[in-house]
Amino acid sequence: MRLTVEHRTRYAYEPPAVHLHLRLKLFAPATAAQAVKAWEVTVDGRPVEPLVRDAFGDAEALVALRRKTESVEIIARGTVETTDTAGVLGRIGAARPEVALRTTPLTRPDAAIEAMAREAAGEDGALARMHRLSALVAEALDYRPGATEAGTTAAQALAIGGGVCQDFAHLLIAGARAMGVPARYVVGYLHDPEAPLAETHAWAEAHVHGLGWVGFDPVHQVCPAESYVRLASGFDAADAAPIRGTLSAGHEEEMEVAVRVSAGQMQQQQQQG
Amino acid sequence: MFDEMSVEGGTTRPPYARVEGWIADSGLELLHKRSAEAEAIFRRIGITFAVYGEGGDPERLIPFDLIPRVFSAAEWRRLDRGIRQRARALNAFLYDVYHRGEILRAGIVPERLVYQNAAFQPAMMGVEPPGRVYSHIVGIDIVRTGEAAFQVLEDNCRTPSGVSYMLENREIMMRMFPDLFGGGGVEPVDRYPDDLRKTLEEVAPPACKGDPNVVVLTPGPFNSAYYEHSFLADLMGVELVEPQDLFVDEGLCWMRTTRGPQRVDVIYKRIDDDFIDPLAFRPESVLGVPGLFNVYRAGGVTLCSAPGAGVADDKAIYTYVPEMIRFYMGEAPILENVPTFRCADPDQCAHVLAHLEELVVKEVHGSGGYGMLIGPRSTAEQRAEFAKKLADDPANFIAQPTLDLSSVPTLGPRGIAPRHVDFRPFCLVGKSMRLVPGGLTRVALREGSLVVNSSQGGGVKDTWVLTE
Repeated sequence: MRLTVEHRTRYAYEPPAVHLHLRLKLFAPATAAQAVKAWEVTVDGRPVEPLVRDAFGDAEALVALRRKTESVEIIARGTVETTDTAGVLGRIGAARPEVALRTTPLTRPDAAIEAMAREAAGEDGALARMHRLSALVAEALDYRPGATEAGTTAAQALAIGGGVCQDFAHLLIAGARAMGVPARYVVGYLHDPEAPLAETHAWAEAHVHGLGWVGFDPVHQVCPAESYVRLASGFDAADAAPIRGTLSAGHEEEMEVAVRVSAGQMQQQQQQG
Repeated sequence: MFDEMSVEGGTTRPPYARVEGWIADSGLELLHKRSAEAEAIFRRIGITFAVYGEGGDPERLIPFDLIPRVFSAAEWRRLDRGIRQRARALNAFLYDVYHRGEILRAGIVPERLVYQNAAFQPAMMGVEPPGRVYSHIVGIDIVRTGEAAFQVLEDNCRTPSGVSYMLENREIMMRMFPDLFGGGGVEPVDRYPDDLRKTLEEVAPPACKGDPNVVVLTPGPFNSAYYEHSFLADLMGVELVEPQDLFVDEGLCWMRTTRGPQRVDVIYKRIDDDFIDPLAFRPESVLGVPGLFNVYRAGGVTLCSAPGAGVADDKAIYTYVPEMIRFYMGEAPILENVPTFRCADPDQCAHVLAHLEELVVKEVHGSGGYGMLIGPRSTAEQRAEFAKKLADDPANFIAQPTLDLSSVPTLGPRGIAPRHVDFRPFCLVGKSMRLVPGGLTRVALREGSLVVNSSQGGGVKDTWVLTE
């Protein structure tokens, strides 16, 4: 399926930022499930190129704005041809998958998560265990925007019993690692004409012997297929963040995000540059 | 107990012949007088910092003991080979764990110990540091327990400090007792700053085409080792900078100067990994140079030591260094470890719990003599408390037998008496390896004490390596 993505992020600073630095992980990679036909990232209209590619295969760019900045607009847009691989991506990035067993503060398992992992571990084989775990996550959490915030941990979300895609993914990752299955956090886009999402989506990938990395979306209880565009990954949401910035202390920051995913080509005008 | 100057029966060991003669010729009165002068000089130049991670009052003067600690040429030959071998293996290990992880696949070092380690930096996976060097200055703490028995107590792969004491101690000895060094016979150590600079220049990044510009990066004057940072920058003839003096642009690192921005190629970083780049590591940190890590990864600048080098000097990883030497180099370790129990292993942990009275138990991430139990000097109450901590989180501890550290004559208020010592040489690793014959000898000034840390009443000595 041919999908076109436009992802706009606007930051406003009060008082204006003087030294602003951004790290962008906004470059959709080519994978077994997606071919990137066109992709560009701009900051206030100027194109930005990636500086390095990390061990998980994500390209990163650095942007430094030294002038007084009242607001900055970051746009990632492009066209991706997706294929249904039932979530199976194989090898992405050079790092040993076992590194993704590393826990982080947002994904540290508590007794309740460990109990959930033990239940899923009763299944036969890593793939079946992950499907079971994903079902357990969906049973344990209601999709409830506002119930959690960006810093909510997997254990806290489980105690609350609800959250958004980030919390579902964190819980699935924490449980997978507790079972000894390497897992990572993925940020991307979801094409859903019935209920268009105005923001990025998040899910998880687990490393399954013989298959490589396999995606699991615990919110929708599916493995990401044609309607998913993969953007970036990390150990957790903080690590996978498409945009990370620093500015000098004492500034208020406001952020607006708008994501549009549509089937078909990018408009002619957007293909330029 | 092994005394390095006089063996049982009172005969002087040959390496100490000159020191013995000097003590006899000088007399106690003169030694006390010179000792007071030395202290006054150290106070005046302001060398008052604590050795890395030791805590304690940073403004406290570390006592300097006049009587040198001496190694014969033959002893040093063996130490030199052993230290280089170890520094090479530690760097090979670091390259391996940030790449294919062969030693983990082979089941020699547990994966968990590396990947779950707080000092492991996943962002370093796949990065190719120049020369494949991660730890450019390796400080290896060595103890001696007999004529031929040298053992490694711990490795320091991040920012081992104390080398300024090595240089200052020699300097002051030469100033006070020029005749003692007159006839030669003691290997000089003063080429260390040159060696350090050459080492750092050798690991210049691919983006550097001309003469590399090296800087020393310090957290600032409030850091307890600031004296050493500025001292080394001075001796190398390079700039001492703080994070706010640096910025990145166009994939390179720059330093603000009065003549405009100047390129920086190599950073001798005396700052913790967590605080070098808020975009890569701790986002809430206000310290650091945003973007520096990505520029490093892209080959625009070199960081020494490499972020994540600390995963090799963890005390639990330490127990595997002899295996690393065999695995990567196919050699037998020249310097052995102190025998160490890994409490992560249930059998070994049970043994440790049953023998707390005889053992020294240390926290895996602890340093500076804090967070440890010295069995033979502990009360039943302290042992019970420690046993509980140990049972709660066994993987967080290792245990070692109490070591009968060698002693060296030391000048005290009541004359000269043996005191226990350890030793930290500084091995430099660039495209080639450099090791100045000498290092820092720390001495436990209290009678019978085995703790040489300055925060626990330790002092320092000049260390001599005799020429062939």
